[in-house]
This record gives sequence, structure tokens and C-alpha cells, in this order.
Amino acid sequence: MGSGTNIGRVRGLGSAQEGAHHWVMQRVTAVSNLLLVLWLVFSLIRLPNYEHELIIQWLSSPLVAVPMMLMLVSIFWHLRIGLQVLIEDYVPDHGVRFGLIILLNFFAIGGAALGIFSVAKIAFTGVVA
Amino acid sequence: MAGASGSESNRPLSPHLQVYKWGPHMLVSILHRVTGDGMALVGVPLLVWWLYAISAGPESYEYFLSWFNFYYLGYIILVGMSFAFFEHMFSGLRHFVMDAGAGYELQTNKMWSVAVPLAAVITTGSMWLYIVFKNF
Repeated sequence: MGSGTNIGRVRGLGSAQEGAHHWVMQRVTAVSNLLLVLWLVFSLIRLPNYEHELIIQWLSSPLVAVPMMLMLVSIFWHLRIGLQVLIEDYVPDHGVRFGLIILLNFFAIGGAALGIFSVAKIAFTGVVA
Repeated sequence: MAGASGSESNRPLSPHLQVYKWGPHMLVSILHRVTGDGMALVGVPLLVWWLYAISAGPESYEYFLSWFNFYYLGYIILVGMSFAFFEHMFSGLRHFVMDAGAGYELQTNKMWSVAVPLAAVITTGSMWLYIVFKNF
């Protein structure tokens, strides 16, 4: 494509100069997902039981709360890019596509915020009496 | 877009899914998208609900568990999500190799495409066997 003509740039056509960013971040978060979700799977299946009290105690440890929060960031980042590709592939209408991508961003940021806040609340308020 | 007016119908059409002969590479590619989007739309909201329910207190957690134990619903979803995770994980590892430019030879590519879902089924099965023997 080259760098486009001057008038093309003024009109906002041609390369947006950031095409590789999503591609790279999808792979960076894939690696962190690999480590963090495997950590979650192994931790969860090794817990002796899933009573509220024990889960609270488990999640209160910084060595659990911190990877859990990092995992939420990594997962939601990864799924935001992945679902955006899904929308871009299957929704031809530009207006609907734009709206769905906005909803996706609300879902990704809102979901991550709710998850992280919940973990933080458990970690900071600790064991319930 | 296939135009409704017959005058545009002589344009070449892109072949779609049902035109191709199914092969393992096609299956792995489709499974990668299905498992990824499935986890994003079902598994992750469930995870966040679980974390929220824990943080909101014992009653909220009980409510979560009442849905989880509703006709084994939670177990059915977790078996599905664990397979989705392992399938997506092995498939993602395959993508890393292909990103490096390797594994495109026909036989090699086919072999790994068969290996990915097999590994996912075996890993999922082993994990649930471990869970069953540990807890029941």
C-alpha cells in the first residue's frame, strides 16, 4: 500500500499505523493467560474443599490475590481483542459493528473492574467472622 | 453481498464452509474460535460471578452454589469450559509454532492438527478423573 497519497492521509484513508499492535498484544496476553490460567486450574483442583470460609482464606493471601487480579487483566484484554475480531468478521453493517465494539469494551472493562474489586475486597477485609 | 438483482450473479463468489472437504486443520481452526469465544462469553462471566459472590458474603455464595448445583448445571459448564480451555491452549501453542514460520508442511500440519484436539480430550479427561478421585 505504501504510505498513501497526501490527500488520502488527510481523508483518513490508508494504514492506521497501528495494525500490528492488536496482533502483538493478543500473543503477549496469550502467554500470560497460559501461565495464569494454568496456575488457577492447578490451584483450584488442589483445594481441599470449596466452602466459603476456605475460599475467603485462600483468596486473602497476596500470592493468590495478585495472580488472580493479573489473570483478570490478562484474560479480559485477550478476550476483548478476540471478540472484536469475531464482530469484525461477522457483522457487515458498520453502524452495528461500531455499537457492538463499544458494548464489548464496556463488557471487558466493566467485567475486569468487578472481578478485580471483588478480589481486592476479599483480600483487604479478610476472613469473615 | 450476493445481489438480489440477477445482473450481479456472474461475479465469482467466495467459497464458504460447506464447500470445503473437512480436514483436521479446518476443525482445529474453527474450534479455536468457538472455544475462545465460548470461554469469553460463558466461562469468564461465570468466573467473575463466582468472585463477586465470594466477596458479597456467604448468602451470595450460597445463591451462586444453588445455581451451580441445579441439575449438575455447573459441572456440565465446567467440563465444557475445561475442554474449551485445553483445546484453545494446545491450539494456541500450535499457532505460536506457526507464527515462527514452522509446521506448514502438509503432513506435519495435519499431524499437529490431529494431535491438538486429542491432547485436549486426554488432558480434560485426566483432570476430571483427578477431581473425581480426590473429592468423591
